Amino acid sequence: MDVGSIIENSLRAAVGLEAVAFVLAAIGLNLHFGYTGLLNFGQVGFMSVGAYSIAITVNELDLSMWAGIPIGILAATVFALLLGIPTLRLRADYLAIVTIAAGEIFRLVVRAASLRDLTGGSSGMTQFARDFYAINPFGDGTYGFGVFRWDERRFWLLIVCWTLVAVVSGLVILLIRSPWGRVLKSIREDEDAARSLGKNVYWFKMQSLILGGICGAFAGFALAIGTQSVQPDTYSTAITFYALTALIIGGMAKSIGPIVGSMLFWLLFAGVDVLLREMQSADYIPEWLMDGTQVGQVRVMLVGLALMLLPIFRPQGLFGDKREIQLDAR
Amino acid sequence: MRRLVLVLVVLCASLGALSGVATAQDAEETEGDETVEVSEWSVIGTMKDPEGEPIEGAEFTVSSADGEEIGTATSDEEGNWGVELPGPGDYRAELDTDTLPEGVALRNEDNNPLEFTVRTLGRPRVVLFATGEGASRGVPAWEELLNNVVSGLKFGLVIAMAAIGLSLIFGTTGLTNFAHGEMVTWGALVAYFFNVHAGLHLIPAAVLAIGVGAVTGGLQDRLLWRPLRRRRTGLIAMMVVSIGLGLLVRNIFLFVFLGRTRAYADYAVQRDWEIGPIGITPKDLASIVICVVVLLLVGLGLQRTRLGTAMRAVADNPDLAASSGIDVQRVILYVWVFGGGLAALGGVLQAMGEQTSFQQGFLLLLLMFAGVTLGGLGTAYGALVGSVIVGLLVEVSTGPPFDLPSEMKYLGALFVLIIILVVRPQGILGSKERIG
Repeated sequence: MDVGSIIENSLRAAVGLEAVAFVLAAIGLNLHFGYTGLLNFGQVGFMSVGAYSIAITVNELDLSMWAGIPIGILAATVFALLLGIPTLRLRADYLAIVTIAAGEIFRLVVRAASLRDLTGGSSGMTQFARDFYAINPFGDGTYGFGVFRWDERRFWLLIVCWTLVAVVSGLVILLIRSPWGRVLKSIREDEDAARSLGKNVYWFKMQSLILGGICGAFAGFALAIGTQSVQPDTYSTAITFYALTALIIGGMAKSIGPIVGSMLFWLLFAGVDVLLREMQSADYIPEWLMDGTQVGQVRVMLVGLALMLLPIFRPQGLFGDKREIQLDAR
Repeated sequence: MRRLVLVLVVLCASLGALSGVATAQDAEETEGDETVEVSEWSVIGTMKDPEGEPIEGAEFTVSSADGEEIGTATSDEEGNWGVELPGPGDYRAELDTDTLPEGVALRNEDNNPLEFTVRTLGRPRVVLFATGEGASRGVPAWEELLNNVVSGLKFGLVIAMAAIGLSLIFGTTGLTNFAHGEMVTWGALVAYFFNVHAGLHLIPAAVLAIGVGAVTGGLQDRLLWRPLRRRRTGLIAMMVVSIGLGLLVRNIFLFVFLGRTRAYADYAVQRDWEIGPIGITPKDLASIVICVVVLLLVGLGLQRTRLGTAMRAVADNPDLAASSGIDVQRVILYVWVFGGGLAALGGVLQAMGEQTSFQQGFLLLLLMFAGVTLGGLGTAYGALVGSVIVGLLVEVSTGPPFDLPSEMKYLGALFVLIIILVVRPQGILGSKERIG
């Protein structure tokens, strides 16, 4: 069993494409759940709206990939309005139900054979992000240090994505410290109190839903550009809950929470995967017990277990403040 | 407790008795002298020009819903063509319009490729491409609509069966249980185990599955949810816990059961009974009758028995119920036991219609939510009404007069869910105070 490769793969995964995309998605969830108390269980819907916007813009509308970014932001805003208008006046669980359903419905619609011409059906679309790599300032070669080495394309992507994370996190910190952010927190703590101060609670919640959704769309942009493909079944409902787990690990209502949480999540998620596969090839795990595809399922089981145990035993995660956590409210 | 057991026994017995009827008729059917070719799933059609003359040489390609080609066919001198299919499911047939004779075109280009669903065995699915003007459909639209209404009713009742537990659990504990779909799958899989691996007939297997489902429902409350309530864990935290539980259990099912769908050993394939214009398989008819009887019993139990009254009281106002001497924790335990049993039965009936898989319940969960919200969260009768409406919507939307592609059929249900939340958020039968 190669311990070195386990550590190496885990460390690379912690700063890799999935991790950075999940940081963006989790920042959105943090805005929703951590700061405003909105239960968005369909963040994956926003991610696939973003990813598909880019793909459709390039492959169907024949526009530049860069036009896909504003189109995706617009689409995510519309998606948020669609989900928010009926539910944000109601109890928290209605939004949860509608968002989880909408994420799944979006997946079913884009994989529909009748929309094949637009979305590529169940096989999705590929090769739409050339514009991004065309402006890559790095020449051929590998960049980075130690185990953190990538080819010029992936390195360029990661640089851009982590810069984006820094910018978005900075914006969120500024927003949350502003009067606007204090209104969000007051809505989370006591909606009626916020309303009695004359705040339009409904509209503030809507703004939070839209902004967090746009963060989700950026996660979709990152995944779509990074893999040069969109495929409906990669955007399953479980993705939202990976991001939620990452957020809870890091700690909600803290700007560092989504970043550390997602990195740690992918460190462990990839680590378990490599560990199990190494154990298989070293015959520590017999073939009848677990084959290659089942390794992936064991990983997801562990996520489920984490999602059960964390809210019970450590709702504040690593950095959260227990008094600020919505995990035990109402 | 004794009364509970009694109710469960009655429930199981009625299931047994009803399915007995279906068995008898099954036997009759297979013993009939008709030549039933029980391995044949197929799609056929006849190509005719607008004058009704057959078209020879038109080429067709049939593929599965996800685009895999299954077979091709060319129409013969009588215009007939046909392709054999691997089994029930969603398919699409495409006509190569270049192979049509001069001057003949499809009446509606949007219907090419044509999506269709195959459910019944032995009777080939007829797919017609209408040409020019005046060509007619195979079946009158109202007849298709009527058949869709019947299958929608059946589907809706199955959703209702599973959703009543969901709604009662919400009503009594406030928990939106995102792991309820796994209770449905659990029932179907336990029945599959007893049916296929232990070799029991499906009916005793289903009865056992209901029992196992009820026990696991009770255990779940005892071992997980009651301790959480005692710790005063918040509702939102519990909701996240239920999501984690669902994810965990669903992947355990996948790990053990693998990803493919499987049919029960009994009643897997049946031919339609023709009742007037309606074609329905005996098992679907049995499913409708079982659902109606069980749901009537549940309704009677809720209305007439002490336990049922206590359940409604706790759902209405737990504090008031507790102060009037009701043992709230015990009532909640019974709700989980009943919810588990009903979900298991719903799972078996769902699997009987469309095979069992590790995620069948999860797919049903979203429709259960739609049904329960539509009817009014927390009410048993609301869950019933809402679920039936959702079932009808799902099935009717794919046929005339709406003709949505079959993959879009859940859209209608979500659309109605959103509309109802805007117009009447408490649902059809819900009370206003719940909604926040």
